[in-house]
Amino acid sequence: MKNTQKELSPVQQLLEKKYNGGFLNRSEKVIPVVLFLMAAVSVLTTIGIVLTLIFETFIFFGDVSIVEFLTKTEWYPFSETEAVYGIWPLVLGTLKITLIASLFAVPIGLAVALYLSEYASSRTRKIMKPILEVLAGVPTIVYGFFALTFVTPLLRDLFPTVEMFNAISPGIVVGIMIIPTIVSLSEDAMSSVPEPVRNGALAIGATKWETASKVIFPAALSGILASIVLGVSRAIGETMIVSIAAGSTPSAALDLTSSLQTMTSYIVQVTTGDAGFGTTIYYSIYAVGFTLFIFTLSMNVLAQFISKRFREEY
Amino acid sequence: MEKVERINSEEMVGRIDGRLAKNKVVKGLFFAATAFTSIILIVLLVRIISQGAPYLSWDFLQNFASRRPEQAGIKAAVIGTIWMMAVVIPSAAIFGVGTAIYLEEYAKKNAVTRWIQMNISNLAGVPSVVFGLLGLTIFVRLFGFGNSILAAGFTMALLVLPVIIVAAQEAIRAVPGEIKEASYGLGATKWQTISRVVLPYALPGILTGSILAFSRAVGETAPLVVIGIPTFVAFLPSGIFDSFTALPMQIYNWTSRPQIEFHNLAAAGIIVLLVVLILMNSVAVWIRNRFQSR
Amino acid sequence: MALTAVNSKKDNQSTQSEEVLVYNTKNCNLWYGDHHALKNINLEIKEKDVTAIIGPSGCGKSTYIKTLNRMIDLVPGVKTNGSIEYRGRDIFNKDFLVEELRTRVGMVFQKPNPFPKSIYENIAFGLKIHGIKNKQIINETVEKSLRGAALWDEVKDRIHEPAYGLSGGQQQRLCIARCLALEPDVILMDEPTSALDPVSTLKIEELIQELKEQYSIIIVTHNMQQAARISDKTAFFLNGEVVEFDATDTIFNNPADSRTNDYISGRFG
Repeated sequence: MKNTQKELSPVQQLLEKKYNGGFLNRSEKVIPVVLFLMAAVSVLTTIGIVLTLIFETFIFFGDVSIVEFLTKTEWYPFSETEAVYGIWPLVLGTLKITLIASLFAVPIGLAVALYLSEYASSRTRKIMKPILEVLAGVPTIVYGFFALTFVTPLLRDLFPTVEMFNAISPGIVVGIMIIPTIVSLSEDAMSSVPEPVRNGALAIGATKWETASKVIFPAALSGILASIVLGVSRAIGETMIVSIAAGSTPSAALDLTSSLQTMTSYIVQVTTGDAGFGTTIYYSIYAVGFTLFIFTLSMNVLAQFISKRFREEY
Repeated sequence: MEKVERINSEEMVGRIDGRLAKNKVVKGLFFAATAFTSIILIVLLVRIISQGAPYLSWDFLQNFASRRPEQAGIKAAVIGTIWMMAVVIPSAAIFGVGTAIYLEEYAKKNAVTRWIQMNISNLAGVPSVVFGLLGLTIFVRLFGFGNSILAAGFTMALLVLPVIIVAAQEAIRAVPGEIKEASYGLGATKWQTISRVVLPYALPGILTGSILAFSRAVGETAPLVVIGIPTFVAFLPSGIFDSFTALPMQIYNWTSRPQIEFHNLAAAGIIVLLVVLILMNSVAVWIRNRFQSR
Repeated sequence: MALTAVNSKKDNQSTQSEEVLVYNTKNCNLWYGDHHALKNINLEIKEKDVTAIIGPSGCGKSTYIKTLNRMIDLVPGVKTNGSIEYRGRDIFNKDFLVEELRTRVGMVFQKPNPFPKSIYENIAFGLKIHGIKNKQIINETVEKSLRGAALWDEVKDRIHEPAYGLSGGQQQRLCIARCLALEPDVILMDEPTSALDPVSTLKIEELIQELKEQYSIIIVTHNMQQAARISDKTAFFLNGEVVEFDATDTIFNNPADSRTNDYISGRFG
């Protein structure tokens, strides 16, 4: 470094070559394009899902009238002579499961979220976080097994009128499955209410419950609602628990204690059965899948709308 | 709260007692809900372990599926799951991280990018059974992969892709701007900065998120059912175009049988599945804690 | 530090004075969206000078120094006009790649920003990205740069340990060494001591005095004493304009503009 003569150091010599030879190599131009194409895959996936569902559903409606699909209240696809495709029993089955799951999961989920966000010591929070993570990570096949082999027998001991396949047991277990979703998202919303807001309420002598219910809860409401809607959306799309524990009888009855079928479990029933490719039954799973997709998509859009529209600015 | 007594109004003190009592009751209820949630997990685990543990044995891991419960095992299912993950992991990781880099580092903040981003979060909310329908139509039928490892692997990769993208985006966003500036300040190009500074820094976060996503793919059943993965397989696959079965499929099959012996086998299979998932999650947590101090 | 390739070009533009300019800023304006952050800047910066840029927060001094190596490009929505010539070449010209500019012009930032790598790797980074793979050259350059930044004696036994183990002042000298490894022509320093304690600050100031033998240094500082101590020339920025640019002694003892006087005597900013 001390020499001041005009001689170039090895580093300078190598850099000079680069200055003259051009700095950018082709990869700088190619890489963004490659990465964009990768990003396009997720867009193509969405397009693929939508087009698949639309095309195959269209074929289905060549065999079965859309009016029948939307208005008939019977679903008897396996009848050789008089197959009836009225979606209502499957939708009703899904709604039954979703309703029970929500009735179970929303109060418990919100209570846990409030406890963790407003009352719990950091030690309790440290214990509960992994427990909720494990609950969220348990595969649905495991929950299905739990519903069939534990919750259902327990219910039948308590209420002998409950049948082997029913709406209550899988409903409760779907509820267990969505509790972590509701807890983590609504707890996030509550914890992100700034400390000064919380302290402001406590400082005028409000109890923790008054602070939580009158200040925190309203402030975090959009996040809480979004968490519930997302939980409901997951319940609607849940497949294995209902396939295992709810039965496979499409039913338009409001009874909760007997076998039923949801949109998802119908798809499973057909794909595990021997309905050949190209039959009306084969195409019916796309029509059912499309209906299901519309349900969950509108729930997800609703959740996004809620959290955007009512986002609190702190 | 004692200070309020100085106001010296008995009525107010009485009200405060009531309010505090209410707070206590509510707190008790919330605590009960929290405890109940933990108890559910404990009951679930105890129940499955007590039911399945007696059936766990070396033979259970070594045997193929069988009509006779005492001879049935999960060899084909475990090997099949490993094969499937060998397709899922590289494809989902490459496309997921690539998409995240594009969105965080290259994409302009315009309507198209926002649309892609919204599309990804909507994709994360699509039920897995619908991904199964996509896989059935595109991979099994259109591309003619049949009910092979490749078809199942690609379907699962698409299913976990949004999760990996979001995790990788968060990890990349958490890279401090200063060290990116340092790299640019030395004349590094954009890709040099991304590949040599941003990605190494974000790697632990990307790994943690990806492992959690992959553990979801290991336990996911519905898409496999829909694309028609068989459950009774008495051979090992020798390539990605072979038919196979997977651990959750085997568990599903045993659960659907009326005999209690098969339920016990299912419980044993679930134990194996949960052990795999717990191992994967532990690795993820270990990586997270190891690099959190940085 | 000869740069033969450019030296020939600068001859046709160095005008009346014999002094060689590294930077010649002509009527340069810069906007962040609608905010006019630099207003018609004209500055001539000489080779081997230490040029200090002072001014209150928000006066545009950091914006200006970040424009000199086009780090400002990283801020979305920036527009410029006018020209800044680096040794006779307009840095806004499309043919002048920012990567080349930034290799020739090093930068030291407000907060020490070493990479989460070893001390050695921090310095080798710049060489490696520019395709220098020869181990011997890298090893020699690492030692030379660390000596140049007065850090060698403190770290020579642990150059393969993480850079985050160094103190703040050492980290900042490491960042200077990282910059020296590419043997730059100019070193830009954006408030390099603002995050450091007084002792570390003193070391950096001493280092600047040594470095000026070989490098042209442009330093932004909010510390007027620092500017007075280390610089040859000082520019006073206010509201995005250059109020006054002169020899440091003149600026601090006999400023021409009353606003400069107000600032250096502590009446605002």
